[in-house]
Amino acid sequence: MIIIADGLSLGAIYALIALGYTMVYGIAKMLNFAHGDIIMVGAYVILTTLQMTGNPYIAIAASIVVCTVAGIVIERLAYKPLRGASPLAVLITAIGVSFLLQSVAQLIYGSKSQAIALPDFGKITIAGNHIAVSTLITLIVGGIIMAGLTVFVKKTSTGRAMQAVSEDRGAALLMGVNVNRIIMITFAIGSALAAFASLFYLMQIPSITPTLGSMPGIKAFTAAVIGGIGSIPGAMLGGVLLGLIEKVCLSIPAISPYTTAIEFGLLIIILLVKPIGILGKQRREKV
Amino acid sequence: MALLEIKNLEVFYGMIQAIKGISFEVNEGEIVTLIGANGAGKTTTMQSIMGLVPIKRGTVTYNGQDITKVPGHKIVNLGMTQVPEGRRIFQELTVYDNLLMGAYTVKDKKQIKDDIDEICTRFEILGQRKNQIAGTLSGGEQQMLAMGRAMMSHPKLLMLDEPSMGLSPLFVDKVFDIIKDYHKSGTTILLVEQNAKKALSIADRAYVLETGSISLSGKAEDLLNNEDVKKAYLGA
Ligand SMILES: Nc1ncnc2c1ncn2[C@@H]1O[C@H](COP(=O)(O)OP(=O)(O)OP(=O)(O)O)[C@@H](O)[C@H]1O
Ligand SMILES: [Mg+2]
Repeated sequence: MIIIADGLSLGAIYALIALGYTMVYGIAKMLNFAHGDIIMVGAYVILTTLQMTGNPYIAIAASIVVCTVAGIVIERLAYKPLRGASPLAVLITAIGVSFLLQSVAQLIYGSKSQAIALPDFGKITIAGNHIAVSTLITLIVGGIIMAGLTVFVKKTSTGRAMQAVSEDRGAALLMGVNVNRIIMITFAIGSALAAFASLFYLMQIPSITPTLGSMPGIKAFTAAVIGGIGSIPGAMLGGVLLGLIEKVCLSIPAISPYTTAIEFGLLIIILLVKPIGILGKQRREKV
Repeated sequence: MALLEIKNLEVFYGMIQAIKGISFEVNEGEIVTLIGANGAGKTTTMQSIMGLVPIKRGTVTYNGQDITKVPGHKIVNLGMTQVPEGRRIFQELTVYDNLLMGAYTVKDKKQIKDDIDEICTRFEILGQRKNQIAGTLSGGEQQMLAMGRAMMSHPKLLMLDEPSMGLSPLFVDKVFDIIKDYHKSGTTILLVEQNAKKALSIADRAYVLETGSISLSGKAEDLLNNEDVKKAYLGA
C-alpha cells in the first residue's frame, strides 16, 4: 500500500515532466533536452524565495512564474530562430541550452548540494498504513493538474488549436491559427508543469544541485517514449508506470540495485514491441 | 476592381523556380479556374497566396489590400480561405471539432452553433457523423468535411485545390454541385482542377498553367472549345 502510494506519487512527478517533453515534441516537433533543467531552475527559485520570505506559498508561486517565463524565453531566443532547420541542429541547441542553465546555476549557487527546508506535513494513517501527507498532496494535486490539462486540450479553442498544429501545421495555419503563439503557449504550459514537478520532487528529496534536473528529466523522457511521445495520455500513463516500477523495484532488496537498468530495459522492450509507444499513434507522414 | 489580384508572382523551392512570374485576377462573384498538368504549379500558386510557401517576387492584392507579406494566419480574417489539396482535415479530431477549427477566427458562440447546424444540413453525412473521428470518414466524406470546415469562416473568396481528387464520379458531381450552390449563395470561387472539363463547365473564366507560366487564358466556354486545350486537357 505504501509502496503503491509512493510509486503513484513518483509517477505523478514523472508524468508532469513527461507532459512537457511530449507536448513540445507533438506541437513543435522537437526534443527539448533542456526541459529537465527547468526543474532545477524551479528548485533554486523555491530555495531562494523561501530563504528571502520564509513563505512556502510565495516560493511556489515564484517558481511557477519564473519557470514559465524561462520556458517562453528559451523558446523565443534559442528555438524559434531555428524553425525549419534540421532536427540535429535543434537537438544540439537544446543540449547547449541545458548546459547553459546548469552552468549559470553553478555560477550563482556553486556546485555543492544545498538542503532546503520545506514545511513537514507529517504522516497520516490510512487503513493501518502510515503515508506521508506530502505523498498524498503530490498524488492529488498532480491528478488535478493532469485532469485540468486534459480538459483544456480537449475543450478549449486554444487546446484544439494545439491538437491541430500537432497534426498538420499548414492546415492549422489555414484555419487562422497563429502557430508561433501556440508553440509559445505549449512551452509555457510545459514549464509550468515542470515547476510543480520540481516542488513535488523537493518534498521527497529536499536537496538541490545544478544537475538536479538531469535524472528525473531522463526518466520522464523515458516515460514519455514508453507512453508514446506526442501523446498526452501516453505521457501520464508512462510516468505513472515508471514511478510504480521504480518504487516496487527499490522495495525488493534483491533487485533494488538494478532499478534503473530495469526501467531502461522496459523502454527497450517497449520500443521493440511497439516502437511508437503504448498509446502512440501512427501518423501518415505529410508531404 | 478585382477581389484577388496576383501580379508577377514568382515562387522558388530552393534553387528551383516553380512559379515564373504569373499574373491573374479573380473578380467578385466569379468562378475562376486554374487548370494544368501535374507539376504545373497550381498548388504552389494557391499555397503562396495563403502564405504557406514564401513568395520571392510579385504581389498578392486582396480586396485592395497588399497581402503579400501578411502572415498566413491573418489572411483568414480578411475573408479568404482555402480547401487544400489532399483535404488535410484533422484526422485525430472529431467531425465536430474539425468544424470548430474552421471557425477558429469566429468569436461569436451563437454564430458558430448556427453555422454548424447549417453545415450539417447542407452535408447530411456530417450531421450524422458529428462525433466520429474524422480520420475514419471515407474519402468523399472527408472532402465534404474539408469544404464544410472552410465554410465555417464565412469566406468571401473560397479557393479549392482539386476537390474532386480521388472521388468516384457520383461524388465528383456532388462536389461540383456544392461548389455551384455555394457560389450562388454569394461566394467568389477560385478552383484548381485536374478535371478540366468539369471545371471549365462551371467556371466563368479560366487560366491554363504550364510549368510555372500561364500559357492561355479566357472565357471558360472559349477554352472548352479551344483545340489546344481539347487536345491537352480534355482528352479529345
Ligand atoms: N515542397 C517542395 N519542395 C520542392 N519542390 C516542390 C515542392 N512542392 C512542389 N514542388 C515542385 O514544384 C512544382 C509545382 O508543384 P505543384 O504541387 O505546385 O504542382 P501542381 O500543379 O499542383 O501539380 P498536381 O496537379 O500534381 O497537384 C513541381 O515541379 C514540384 O515538384
Ligand atoms: Mg497540386
